[in-house]
Amino acid sequence: MWLYEKKLQYPVRVSAPNPRLAKYIITQYGGPEGESSAALRYLNMRYTMPTGRAKGVLTDIGTEEMAHMEIIATLVYKLVEGAPLEAIKATDFGAHYADHGRSLYWENAAGVPWVAAYVSATGDPVADLHENLAAEQKARAVYENLLKLSDDPLVNDVLRFLREREVVHYQRFGETLMEVEEYCRQKKIF
Amino acid sequence: MTDRNQAHMLLEIQQLSFIEVELNLYLDTHPEDQQALAMYNSTHQNLMQCVRKYESIYGPLVNFGYSPGMQNYWKWVDSPWPWEIKY
Ligand SMILES: [Fe+2]
Repeated sequence: MWLYEKKLQYPVRVSAPNPRLAKYIITQYGGPEGESSAALRYLNMRYTMPTGRAKGVLTDIGTEEMAHMEIIATLVYKLVEGAPLEAIKATDFGAHYADHGRSLYWENAAGVPWVAAYVSATGDPVADLHENLAAEQKARAVYENLLKLSDDPLVNDVLRFLREREVVHYQRFGETLMEVEEYCRQKKIF
Repeated sequence: MTDRNQAHMLLEIQQLSFIEVELNLYLDTHPEDQQALAMYNSTHQNLMQCVRKYESIYGPLVNFGYSPGMQNYWKWVDSPWPWEIKY
């Protein structure tokens, strides 16, 4: 069960409409290292984790990633909301507009739609937690790329917040991995 | 559409609930840390106070019975959505 909280985790502001930037940022909505991939990856992995701590971490980080998905959606929405059609036509966002208008869609920056192959689950908790450590690093790297592409200071503030969350998640997954490895070792001994 | 006070009160809630997200994740991997647990519990009190104050003016923050509805009026569908709020 999930509840909806009618608020963003972090306030989102943009300086001005910017469909070009929206086209880049949408990859964190529906790209391989995006927030939707992260949320689904973790929430899907919970079931085969061996310890309460691992199940807790996956549930809570997976839930936080859903809040991040909403932050990215809001960024894209606000960057496109007031943009005149002429401005949209002058950027790559025109291609998005042809299929989706101003609505959100799960796709990467090049318009390739989201696929479940972006996430994996092996049933082996150690392998799965390694997958998550890599995912957090890749998500951080994509935020670094986006920060280089963006010159809107208000957007950058939000992107920096999200980048820092990936660093914290990486830390928590690392601690979880150590605990799960220890658990697996003890199970073999006894 | 959004009054300044609403954005301000939301910011207070966002700050407190961010502390709780951080402490929650930390406690997931350090459940024996008494200091973090005490901080989590005291922040919970502050957060609930801010949430109830906000809801008495702007309506429910959480759906499905976790926030009180306003008397005589279903405010849930009539307050700005997160992506509409002007901070
Ligand atoms: Fe993350």
